[in-house]
Amino acid sequence: MNFRWPRRIVIFHWVSAFTVIGMFASGLWMVDLTYYSDWYKTAPHWHKSVGLLLFAITALRLMARAATSRPPSFGNTVEKTLSHVGHALLYTLMIALFISGYLISTADGRAIDVFNWFSVPAFGELFENQEVIAGDAHFYIAWSLIVLSTIHVIAALKHHFLSKDDTLKQMLRLR
Amino acid sequence: MKKLTLALAAALSLGTAQAADYVIDSKGAHASINFKIQHLGYSWLTGRFNDFKGTFSYDDNAPTAAKIMVTIDTDSIDSNHAERDKHLKSDDFLNTDDYPEAKFVSTKVVDKGDGTMDVMGDFTLHGVTKPITIEAKKIGEGKDPWGGYRAGFMGTTTIALKDYGIDYDLGPASQTVELELHVEGVKQ
Repeated sequence: MNFRWPRRIVIFHWVSAFTVIGMFASGLWMVDLTYYSDWYKTAPHWHKSVGLLLFAITALRLMARAATSRPPSFGNTVEKTLSHVGHALLYTLMIALFISGYLISTADGRAIDVFNWFSVPAFGELFENQEVIAGDAHFYIAWSLIVLSTIHVIAALKHHFLSKDDTLKQMLRLR
Repeated sequence: MKKLTLALAAALSLGTAQAADYVIDSKGAHASINFKIQHLGYSWLTGRFNDFKGTFSYDDNAPTAAKIMVTIDTDSIDSNHAERDKHLKSDDFLNTDDYPEAKFVSTKVVDKGDGTMDVMGDFTLHGVTKPITIEAKKIGEGKDPWGGYRAGFMGTTTIALKDYGIDYDLGPASQTVELELHVEGVKQ
């Protein structure tokens, strides 16, 4: 049995963590850019590109995670149950975020260019007023994900500093 | 809204005994409300409102007695680009959550001859009502092939976005929007 997370899982985790934080910040910032800002076109382009790449990375991550048995977990039954629910919800919110973001930009049938490397085709308008409904959903899901991620961080720190167990070290590969 | 429209239509028919009442054929899409605005001063960006309805009364012998009222569903703005439409519907522009309807109600018509007229009235957009003048022209009227009677007009007007409390800075060339209305009414 592993005593810590394998390297691929650790890399997936931290890449996702920093990308999600960066995407949240850039998302909030870019919707308030003025029309004459140098970033007016670039920021949304990069936001969409990174988001779709993270979508692909997350798909690989879920496959890798499914093929990996977890190292020992700590805490009582309630904590373990909450942990399972919390992690499932983190993944769910991320996927919902990818889908809602995709639905905004593809509502008129336009494909999304990923850094001008390739483009992801659209399904077109799947429901009325799609760009607005998907946009509202994207906003609230993003906030939910950030709030839950914060709880996730607090829980990890609690394991490390209060319970003094190896939960955080398992993800930092320090043990 | 429907009741109000009907009440207005009824009031119109009382006020102008001779004028015929028409319902704008938005159902059959023989009417459109288009807009255009300069992009950076380099080209025109055009779009339209897909959902609107309205009525008018018109008599060729008494054009100054004509009346028109149109209500527009602002959420139906369509500039052929979903991301832009999302921005246009947001509180940077139309704020369609708070102001789902725009409206024009004519107050006075000045006949300029040759089927042209100035249609003055109150235009409500983004919660602001201001008087505007639409330069209108009759295109034609007569029987349609399906037993009805139709009359059609086009009109243009220019509004300043700032007048309606829309102050997102699109640059000096994009302070005003031209509205172009094409309406064909079916006689009731």
